[in-house]
Amino acid sequence: MYRIVERREAASSIKLLKVLAPEISKKAQPGQFVILRVDDKGERIPLTLADWDTKEGTITLVFLEVGVSTRKLGELREGDAILDVLGPLGNPTEVRNYGSVCIVGGGVGIAAAYPVTRALKAAGNKVTSIIGARTSKLLIFEEEMRRFSDELYVSTDDGTKGYKGFVSDILRSLLQKGCTFNMVYAVGPAVMMRAIADVTRPYKIKTIVSLNPIMVDGMGMCGACRVTVGGKTMFACVNGPEFDAHEVDFTELIRRQTAFLQEERMALELWEANRRMAIREA
Amino acid sequence: MSKWDRFKAVPMPKQSPQVRIHNFNEVALGYSEEQSLMEAERCLQCANPQCVQGCPIEVDIPAFIKLLKEGKFREAVMKIKEKNNLPAICGRVCPQEDQCQKNCVLGKRGEPIQIGRLERFLADWEREHKVEIPEKKPSTGKRVAVVGSGPAGLTVAGDLAKLGHEVVIFEALHEPGGVLTYGIPEFRLPKNIVQAEIEYIKRLGVTIRTNVLIGRLYTVQELLSDEGFDAVFIGTGAGPPIFMGIPGENLCGIYSANEFLIRVNLMRSYLFPRWDTPIKVGERVAVIGAGNVAMDASRCALRLGAKEAHIVYRRSRAEMPARKEEIENAEEEGIIFDFLTLPVAYHGDESGWVKKMECIRMQLTEPDETGRRRPVPIQSSNFTMDIDTVIVAIGRRPNPLIQQTTPGLRVAEDGTIIVDENMQTSIKGVYAGGDIVTGEATVISAMGAGKKAAKSIHKYLMGNK
Ligand SMILES: Cc1cc2nc3c(=O)[nH]c(=O)nc-3n(C[C@H](O)[C@H](O)[C@H](O)COP(=O)(O)OP(=O)(O)OC[C@H]3O[C@@H](n4cnc5c(N)ncnc54)[C@H](O)[C@@H]3O)c2cc1C
Ligand SMILES: Cc1cc2nc3c(=O)[nH]c(=O)nc-3n(C[C@H](O)[C@H](O)[C@H](O)COP(=O)(O)OP(=O)(O)OC[C@H]3O[C@@H](n4cnc5c(N)ncnc54)[C@H](O)[C@@H]3O)c2cc1C
Ligand code: SF4
Ligand code: SF4
Ligand code: FES
Repeated sequence: MYRIVERREAASSIKLLKVLAPEISKKAQPGQFVILRVDDKGERIPLTLADWDTKEGTITLVFLEVGVSTRKLGELREGDAILDVLGPLGNPTEVRNYGSVCIVGGGVGIAAAYPVTRALKAAGNKVTSIIGARTSKLLIFEEEMRRFSDELYVSTDDGTKGYKGFVSDILRSLLQKGCTFNMVYAVGPAVMMRAIADVTRPYKIKTIVSLNPIMVDGMGMCGACRVTVGGKTMFACVNGPEFDAHEVDFTELIRRQTAFLQEERMALELWEANRRMAIREA
Repeated sequence: MSKWDRFKAVPMPKQSPQVRIHNFNEVALGYSEEQSLMEAERCLQCANPQCVQGCPIEVDIPAFIKLLKEGKFREAVMKIKEKNNLPAICGRVCPQEDQCQKNCVLGKRGEPIQIGRLERFLADWEREHKVEIPEKKPSTGKRVAVVGSGPAGLTVAGDLAKLGHEVVIFEALHEPGGVLTYGIPEFRLPKNIVQAEIEYIKRLGVTIRTNVLIGRLYTVQELLSDEGFDAVFIGTGAGPPIFMGIPGENLCGIYSANEFLIRVNLMRSYLFPRWDTPIKVGERVAVIGAGNVAMDASRCALRLGAKEAHIVYRRSRAEMPARKEEIENAEEEGIIFDFLTLPVAYHGDESGWVKKMECIRMQLTEPDETGRRRPVPIQSSNFTMDIDTVIVAIGRRPNPLIQQTTPGLRVAEDGTIIVDENMQTSIKGVYAGGDIVTGEATVISAMGAGKKAAKSIHKYLMGNK
């Protein structure tokens, strides 16, 4: 059992949990993730390590409530426990001095970008960060990102904060203005990562994305997470999750993410109905 | 009940096919006491028993059958357990027709003794009548780490614990058991039986730590240098599924058998939405391959509501590698076998779901290095099948993480770990066995490797004082 020692609402539908997992906290590196199961009937879901503290023995998870598993996880309180946490998983980010880097985080992906930003800054890079969300209320980790960025740009789809539009628009205009980056790192929704790849492609800038296909075991045994990169099938959990953005078949990734959409919707409706009943009876 | 006949096996009572395709309960119901005694009665108690030579771990078959016949069930099961820690499992899943039963002299004129069924009867009897824990040797103060909790790991752990060593099993998944838990379905090997066997290993004093991926959380070297273990056994088994690499293989609706079976067995998606992990099975399912894994996947698909489930196999009936009993069960349940058929491409709809499978017909030519006749495509024989779910069950590679993260570990070209005759790897104190060494094999061969490794590790630890 993995005890929750701190819980915060980063935004209305985005929760932050600090979880006691001393062994994982000692081994965690930027870009890695865990797979967890909330309870004994639970699904195995992957979440990126948004932070860790070796002294406290904790790891930090930040997640968007989208379906039953993340809703269940969001209902846990300080002192509650998560049944299973496996990690750290995946290959760490290649952290070195590239010179000038641009980090792009979208939505809950900003939390995933944070440890990468911190590590790239510590490695001596000049860090430009672009973060964005649908609306200002959903913008998370702004202060954290600012602390380790030489420059920080913000966008919201509805213009309630920063630039009105997408993170990819900001990146495009920076490049058009003549900014040069030796590496661009992007994490967020698949459509956003595809847009970033499209922006950097003509400039031939090395662009790394952290992919989020559906996963089950997370240790290379099931192939649920397969993605096509450079025409080859890769298992994102063990060959990734980071890949060369210009080689990724995003159309396939986006399709495969919807494989269980009907079932997920049905499960969520059922879960919400059961919750309402439970509240009424209580 | 049928009449006793020296040359005829007592038939196994089973759930009828019409009933069982609607549930996940065990298909074979097991012999009753009376049926077991009848079957045991047929054994000739050969002076030079051929059956024993067919068993990879040399269970003393005539001796346990004799005790069974005399009604000494506990003694009989203890006789099996001298060699086999997991009889309830082996009795159910061993390919007996290629092993012990293949050699039985009665097989020459009639049907061999149903050794697996007798083993199963005794193990089940024992589970219902309190399992005795053998006496343990005094503590040696030595600590052994076992990586992986499949049959190889469980066997090593059990044997070393009995010898007085402190054993910790590290398992990456959230439940122990390896393929026994995540791969073989409930209707062939009920999970409560696997759990009972694991409980037994725990009662021997073995600690099982789940959710620990060795290679990431700790490397093998760290287990030895930082975590205070005196020896390590690697039993990580087979993992990464092999795909054919044909067009359209990543369409939605195409699973590896591993994904399909992990969802069904480990994640209990047949109980969705009561359990959280979904699975989606269409009306027309094609399973590629004809081994045990393919049989399991096709029969699960049927139970999950498929109208038609096909086994699509590039060779013919005679070459199918699955256990005979399971092929028969699959046929009874209405699985359709498409022999001499090879998929060459999948075609999907505009939203990326598989709709059609393009195949080519095959013919068999001269035998290849495995002794099976080689299938070759017949030119321009392409045809398409309407299909909405595909399960690819053409094999799995060895789990690679330990090999990648253990410098100095000798690995063969196919990714398996190289060991010497004592199951020791190229690193002193590090042993390996099971599918990670042999490539995909059987439960019993993994157990055999575990037995052998336990002996070597014991010798190594005690010589090491
Ligand atoms: C390596 C990796 C790291 C991730 N890190 C984060 C993170 O830090 N924060 C965060 O909020 N989300 C993260 N995700 C996505 C997160 O795993 C999914 O949002 C979560 O599994 C949804 O589960 P659910 O039951 O709540 O929703 P569901 O109702 O199951 O699904 C809702 C959506 O989530 C996707 N999804 C469902 N199951 C999985 C699964 N097992 N794996 C991946 N996606 C799935 C579906 O495509 C669907 O679009 C990450 C995904 C991956 C692969
Ligand atoms: C669907 C299916 C049906 C089968 N049917 C039969 C049958 O009827 N009869 C038969 O004899 N054989 C059958 N087999 C084959 C048999 O199950 C295997 O040969 C046997 O289980 C191998 O045992 P093992 O201990 O080597 O490995 P496994 O059973 O594969 O166990 C390995 C374990 O190690 C864990 N692991 C892997 N890497 C790590 C790591 N880095 N750190 C920690 N843990 C790790 C895995 O999660 C797994 O639990 C079947 C196989 C499958 C897949
Ligand atoms: S362990 Fe398997 S091969 Fe050996 S006697 Fe038992 S059923 Fe036969
Ligand atoms: S070979 Fe057959 S008949 Fe002879 S001892 Fe073995 S099981 Fe009995
Ligand atoms: S999640 Fe199973 S192989 Fe990647």
